[in-house]
Order: sequence, then C-alpha cells, then structure tokens
Amino acid sequence: MVEWTDFERATIVDIFSKMQYEVVGPAALARCLIVYPWTQRYFGNFGNLYNAAAISGNPMVAKHGTTILHGLDRAVKNMDDIKSTYAELSVLHSEKLHVDPDNFKLLSDCLTIVVAAQLGNDFTGEVQAAFQKFLAVVVSSLGRQYH
Amino acid sequence: MLSTREKELIAEIWGRLTPVAEDIGAEALLRMFATEPGSKTYFSHLDISPSSAHLRSHGKKIVLAIAEGAKDISQLAVTLGPLQTLHAYQLRIDPTNFKFFSHCMLVTLAAHMRNDFTPVAHAAMDKYLSAFAAVLAEKFR
Repeated sequence: MVEWTDFERATIVDIFSKMQYEVVGPAALARCLIVYPWTQRYFGNFGNLYNAAAISGNPMVAKHGTTILHGLDRAVKNMDDIKSTYAELSVLHSEKLHVDPDNFKLLSDCLTIVVAAQLGNDFTGEVQAAFQKFLAVVVSSLGRQYH
Repeated sequence: MLSTREKELIAEIWGRLTPVAEDIGAEALLRMFATEPGSKTYFSHLDISPSSAHLRSHGKKIVLAIAEGAKDISQLAVTLGPLQTLHAYQLRIDPTNFKFFSHCMLVTLAAHMRNDFTPVAHAAMDKYLSAFAAVLAEKFR
C-alpha cells in the first residue's frame, strides 16, 4: 500500500480542486503527441495530426485530453487504493487498446509540465514531488494488468 | 534530430536565461533533489539547502554549460570535451540522473516561461537536453 503524507494528500486534492480540466487535459495530450510523436500511433482516427498547430487545434485531441484528465479524479478520491481503482482501465489499455505502458510515463511527464506552467512558482519542488509520486502510482496501476 | 528553426529557438531561449543562470540552475537542482532523493548522494560534500551558495554556484555552472552548448549544437562533442572527461573519470554520475535533471530543467522552464514554454519549445528543448546528456556520457565506457 502506498503511504501518503498529509502534505502529499493535501497537495493532490488542492491541485485537482483548482484544475481547469478543459485547458490542462487538452494541453497535456497535445503536448504528448507533439513532444513524443510516436504516441500518435494510437490516434490514427483522430484526423489531422500533421503538425503542432494542427494537434493543438484538433477537437478530438481536446475532447480526449479532457476525458483522460477526468479519469484521474477516481484516483484522487481513492488515494489509498489506486491499484484496484484502475484494474479495469488497465485491462482495457492492455487487451483492447494495446497501448505500450511506457507511454503512460510520457503523458504523465507532459501533464506535470503543463501543470507547472499553470501554477508557476506555486509548483515548488515539494509540490512537484507529490504530484509526480501520485502520477507514478497511477501509471503503475495502469500497467499492472498487462501480461 | 533538431531542425534549424529548433536550434535557433534553443539558442534564443538559453541566451535569454543566461543572466538568471543561478536562479534557473539552483531551482532545477532543488527540484531534482526533491523528486529523486538518490541524486543527493552525489552532493554529500556540499551544502545543497535552498539558497545555499554551493547550490547556486553549482546550478550556475550547469546552466552556463548548457547555454554554451546551445550556441553551436553541431559542435557539442567539441564544446563538452573537458566536461565529458570530468563526468566519466571523476564525477562518475550514473547517467539516469541526467534524465532526472533534464526533466526537472524542463519543469523549471515551464514554471518560469509559463505559456511561452510552448509544445514546440518543449519538444526542441527535450531533444537538446537529451543530446547534451548523451554527449556528456560518451566517455563513460
């Protein structure tokens, strides 16, 4: 079981309570597709991903980015059992979507950077550590049901 | 692979950050120490508390080296020759730490540049820092 300090719990709850899902979600997914172009392999039916401008303006990317970010809400509400919270989603990503779990880390790094840009100096080293720890647990849970 | 435009962008960003090299460098190091405690083991001989003189001067050194490399990326192996030797034979830092530091540098840039740290700038910077780290590790074995 993951041990969370009071600071870590409070930090995660705080970040997500102020989260602008429709801004951060799309920005994080778009950034992932731009910075790590091979991730586009999973979005063949998303239309125009030809360049950074196209990706950033793509409505399907935006919608999906928002969906993914909201997907983290369940983890925020169940920080003490993220593993079982995402068991089903893990199976989905493995069996149906066939996503290489290394990609989860890439998206989570992009999300960290988008949140850093949003919060500026408020995104201190300690806040970053808590946020990255949270995402690491999510990423690990999503990869757990692969075989 | 860096395009001409990306190299210009990278040189431009580091040119702008050179005056605040101490701040940027110290912050990136602090972020790394907070998120990857193992990285602190390389600094047991220094005071790396926030705003310590050691931390700031060390951060400045690193950023100035990165900025220098950015002026002519095609010459990285030449520019970094002495640093390659230093890291391989004296410092012997496990290269995974270069990745941790690069990530924390990207986060520092995002926190400072906010929306100016566009996806295109991020991609270019990530590629540059990866290339920098790879060249730095070339003499390790």
